[in-house]
Amino acid sequence: MSDFLTWVGGLPALAQIPIVVIAFGIVVALILFFVEIAPRSGRKYTIIRLAVCIIAPFLAFVLIGSVWWAALIAAAFGLLFFWLDRRSSQGAGYLFQLFGFLAPAIILLLVGLIYPTVKTFIDSFFSSRGNFVGLDNFAWVLTSPANLRVILNTIIWVLVVPTLSTVFGLAYAVFIDKSRGEKFFKILVFMPMAISFVGASIIWRFVYTYRPEDQNQIGLLNQVVVWLGGQPVQWLQESPWNTFFLIVVLIWIQTGFAMVVLSAAIKGVPTEQLEAAELDGTNAWQRFTNVTVPGIRSSLIVVITTISIASLKVFDIVRTMTAGANDTSVLANEMYTQFKNFEYGRSAAFAVILFVLVMPIVIYNARQIKKQREIR
Amino acid sequence: MSAVQPIDLPVDPETRSQLRGGEREIEREETAVKRTKRRLTSRGATIAALIIAILWTIPTFGLFISSFRDRNDIQTTGWWTIFSNWGFTLDNYADVLQAGNSQVTIASSFINSIAITIPATLIPLVIASLAAYAFAWIDFKGKDWLFIGVFALQIVPIQMALVPLLSLFSRGVSVGDDWIFSGVPSGGTFSQVWIAHTIFALPLAIFLLHNFVSEIPREVIEAARVDGAGHGQIFFRIILPLTMPALASFAIFQFLWVWNDLLVALIFADGSVAPITKLLAEITGSRGQDWYLLTAGAFLAIVVPLIVFFALQRFFVRGLLAGSTKG
Repeated sequence: MSDFLTWVGGLPALAQIPIVVIAFGIVVALILFFVEIAPRSGRKYTIIRLAVCIIAPFLAFVLIGSVWWAALIAAAFGLLFFWLDRRSSQGAGYLFQLFGFLAPAIILLLVGLIYPTVKTFIDSFFSSRGNFVGLDNFAWVLTSPANLRVILNTIIWVLVVPTLSTVFGLAYAVFIDKSRGEKFFKILVFMPMAISFVGASIIWRFVYTYRPEDQNQIGLLNQVVVWLGGQPVQWLQESPWNTFFLIVVLIWIQTGFAMVVLSAAIKGVPTEQLEAAELDGTNAWQRFTNVTVPGIRSSLIVVITTISIASLKVFDIVRTMTAGANDTSVLANEMYTQFKNFEYGRSAAFAVILFVLVMPIVIYNARQIKKQREIR
Repeated sequence: MSAVQPIDLPVDPETRSQLRGGEREIEREETAVKRTKRRLTSRGATIAALIIAILWTIPTFGLFISSFRDRNDIQTTGWWTIFSNWGFTLDNYADVLQAGNSQVTIASSFINSIAITIPATLIPLVIASLAAYAFAWIDFKGKDWLFIGVFALQIVPIQMALVPLLSLFSRGVSVGDDWIFSGVPSGGTFSQVWIAHTIFALPLAIFLLHNFVSEIPREVIEAARVDGAGHGQIFFRIILPLTMPALASFAIFQFLWVWNDLLVALIFADGSVAPITKLLAEITGSRGQDWYLLTAGAFLAIVVPLIVFFALQRFFVRGLLAGSTKG
């Protein structure tokens, strides 16, 4: 495989796309083919199955260049066929099929997520030279003022972004609901979702640009300040407010997400309930808080948790706009900075802290989804 | 001659065609919409919506205008003065295409972005739908636990996995003298980025696609099975066509996500294979005041996602809703 990828890597960039896609397609087609014939009886299919048992390890040996894989795969297939005969109650070829469908995903997840996560946990207890240092990395993170600032900033992001995005998104969804040109209005606010964080950062750096007082302003925000009779401000340099000017960018992006999801939820609130409330003499605000908001509660939770996770992991905006200068750094950025400085232990410690912060939010979200499912 | 001779009513052509088709003008719905509209929209709400819409659009609009202005004009006057000093040019784009670092220019990084994004969208999609099918329609012991386990992997922030995965790619795994996994070629190839994006997309993709695949009526699958189709045929002939809308919306989602990614690119796509986001971030760091480069470059980087967004936004919205409100 390594050789194949090296060979592909040598080709022009655009030529690599069809080759890799077709190669991948052939592998998937083969898997589906063998899955399909696995349960069939008859000598022809038995021969094909036997051939797979011999060819697959051989191919693995050729492609990966490893005796270990060949042995492993041969053993796996041998076991499979042993089971095939034993568990005929499940239908012939049962495990063969299961293996074909699940193995690619499970193997990738084991190699790419589970193993690295465990490794990062272990790494966080070692110094950059590979000596075991216990909790020293965490102690370093939690005692230095600069790092506490990083954690504080991350907490500010998580508190401010979900709240404001959801409030703006909800308000906008309500305002434009059933109005003329609703679709067009939606597209305008939703558009930033499609723009990369890097692109958004440049867009907003341009809005925040600073020119000395005696020159023309080219940043819109400073021009507005000047029009109002104020002095131009270096928005991205004055701590602690610069963090909030970065936060504006993520709010700008995430409001569209909140708006689209909540708008769909609002349309799902039964009109009868709204009309009943109106007959009871409620005003628009009371209808909103007593009928609409409880009706969209589960969507609200999903929106808030999703945006919270996004703001915990925020990286691109900080990296592109300030690179963490002037007290604007956050956990994900600091993790990358330490990695670049070859401080793998400290980098891992930041990643672990991020993991610990993300975990409760995801668990809460998962439980909500489970509850929602049980109701249905 | 019968007494009830039908009379030719003098009707306009539209009504006649309606009558012929047995249709009725849908008055009821329209009045209902009008009624609720009158009730719910107030002038204040409309104005507030307008203000939000303008605030949200102006930054992008300003960047777009600026990217076509002359270099000196950008540096000295605001883009809102465009009416007093008129003038557009494509020079910024010509310049920025040649800009870059020693290994790659913006132009070739744009190509790199395409080469990274398309396989990194297709491969996880196929692998995830295979797994989603198994979780939905093949019974096996411990299925629920395994599925919960895959779902739980969303807990892992990709920051956790980046560094060990990188060293795994570069070193490979060996037992004694034998290589179990000889590693992925590093430097100058896209394979690392493809594999990384594939892996990171899997938990969410499997979860979302499973929702759709499991909603296919049991009768359809069983009918196919009675007709002698195996799992392979069912997957290829029934599951894939029926879940095409879900696959499309997830594909768009994944496409935008990969195209817009910076963190994975910074770790896995170094040197000559860097995507455009990485180059832009670099230029922002090193030439942060050269607005003629930044505006044109940023617009180049966002033009592909914007095209995808505007062309396919219906699917995009559906994908978002599947990820958020569907359980």
